[in-house]
Amino acid sequence: MAEDIILETRGLTKEFAGFVAVRDVNLRIRRGSIHALIGPNGAGKTTCFNLLTKFLQPTRGEICYEGRDITAMAAADVARLGLVRSFQISAVFPHLTALENVRVALQRKRGGNFDFWRSKNVLNSLNERAMALLDDVGLSAFETTTAVEMPYGRKRALEIATTLALDPQMLLLDEPMAGMGHEDIERVADLIRRVAKNRTVLMVEHNLKVVSDLSDTITVLTRGQVLAEGDYETISNNADVQQAYLGVADA
Amino acid sequence: MKLQARTHAQTIAFVLMTGLLACVPMIGIYPYFVMQALCFALFAASFNLLIGYGGLPSFGHAMFLGTAGYASAHAAKVWGFPPEAAIILGTLAAAGAGVITGALAIRRQGIYFSMTTLAFAQMLYFFYLQTPFTHGEDGIQGVPQGIFLGLIDLSKVLNLYYVVLGIFLAGFVLIYRIIHSPFGEILNAIRENEPRAISLGYKTERYKLAAFVLSAGLAGLAGATKVIVAQNASLTDVHWTMSGEVVLMVLLGGLGTIYGPILGAFIIIAMQQYFAGFGQWVLVIQGLIFIACVLVFRRGIIGELAHALKIRL
Ligand SMILES: Nc1ncnc2c1ncn2[C@@H]1O[C@H](COP(=O)(O)OP(=O)(O)OP(=O)(O)O)[C@@H](O)[C@H]1O
Ligand SMILES: [Mg+2]
Repeated sequence: MAEDIILETRGLTKEFAGFVAVRDVNLRIRRGSIHALIGPNGAGKTTCFNLLTKFLQPTRGEICYEGRDITAMAAADVARLGLVRSFQISAVFPHLTALENVRVALQRKRGGNFDFWRSKNVLNSLNERAMALLDDVGLSAFETTTAVEMPYGRKRALEIATTLALDPQMLLLDEPMAGMGHEDIERVADLIRRVAKNRTVLMVEHNLKVVSDLSDTITVLTRGQVLAEGDYETISNNADVQQAYLGVADA
Repeated sequence: MKLQARTHAQTIAFVLMTGLLACVPMIGIYPYFVMQALCFALFAASFNLLIGYGGLPSFGHAMFLGTAGYASAHAAKVWGFPPEAAIILGTLAAAGAGVITGALAIRRQGIYFSMTTLAFAQMLYFFYLQTPFTHGEDGIQGVPQGIFLGLIDLSKVLNLYYVVLGIFLAGFVLIYRIIHSPFGEILNAIRENEPRAISLGYKTERYKLAAFVLSAGLAGLAGATKVIVAQNASLTDVHWTMSGEVVLMVLLGGLGTIYGPILGAFIIIAMQQYFAGFGQWVLVIQGLIFIACVLVFRRGIIGELAHALKIRL
């Protein structure tokens, strides 16, 4: 028990009208690690994320974050504790500029967000920090571009910059590289590696090269259940996993 | 550069609008018509704040217009409140109604939100129909206009006109400020992508409720002012057709534009005034306009104009 566990679930289960999407999942995520959650389509990965961040209420089971039971918490409160997620389908504010996107996140910690009588010019004090965050993900040139006009890979980078603006302890990334070209994948992988230096990352990813390059631990999920867990070596040699997930592709 | 052009367009539009409205009594337009239109314009602008900027499509906004109307009419007539106090009371009553209905409606999404607001509006309508103080079908008649702030005699048309114009402009500027405030930024982000806003730690329901209450209060300001102008409060202002009319005003002028609801309200009120002789045909014409808005120019008049000129209005 010397391990430092930041997030833990016990018997996490989610049923949708009789269909069990997540069944009795016990996860233990070590602080400071990059942990990958993989599995075929419909395995329940996104549902797991939704449960962990309280976008869905579990049917059964418990979630502990930083030693604290967050099972009954509201999604916004979980985010405020520093457990921040991204979404499988890119989640930006489409008609805000890149700078404004990041600024929305910075605004939360600044406070005074119900001040409807004040000019939004007071937010300009956040611009410098927002620019630095954009710069960090290679988006300086997109400062005044609206998110909807940005190429897909850049949008995902913007999402990460927005998430990082909250300076979260732990990031949950749902397929951060889905639909990206080679170059973008490289850049985002670098970015994840960099941000994980002093944070914990849990990510869902289909690209096995990325998974093997980045992750310390991998959990394989099929039909809502944990099939195997370990480092890439262990997982790729696991017969069940080869059968159920890696299939012939990795043989 | 782009940003400057935007602000310039808005400044010019504001000066133009204020200048035109200030000149009304001198150019021989019937001031009562303009005053009535100004009240509806503020009502439409308050509704636009909710639907166009907050993304919350209320189908029962007349309940705030009417609630404020009854409250201020009763206060001015029965309790002898001076006009400014009656207007403030009406505004607060509407905001209070906004807190209660908003708290319950905000939890529903999309069409369910709309239906909840409609249900509340219908309940209030029947309440006002039955309760004695509103005098049912007769309404509250002969509301005294009184002396505004103890200085300005509102029974004189010119005085009344400029007080109403002042209230309208104050409401308009407040709405502009709300949209361009830190609060407005968050509201905008929530409309753009609510799950993302939640994932950033915003308790979005609170922001939506705040927007709902602000909008209800501003609709109340319009309703209370209207009562002082018309000197009566009636069931028309709480009827569901009024909730529909305000939707039409906003769509016609341009949803999510600052000036659209103002223009939309003036057009609809002018139509009712000048086509009154056509009787029921006014409704048919309104229906056709509504269809045209939905099918042909979805951005509304100001919306299409702003789009064509690449500015924000
Ligand atoms: N809200 C819901 N209601 C009913 N069923 C749902 C709901 N959300 C997910 N499911 C079902 O739960 C199962 C798991 O879905 P989930 O999105 O978690 O899979 P996933 O592992 O993320 O898949 P993918 O790799 O395709 O993203 C699927 O069969 C899905 O249809
Ligand atoms: Mg998924």
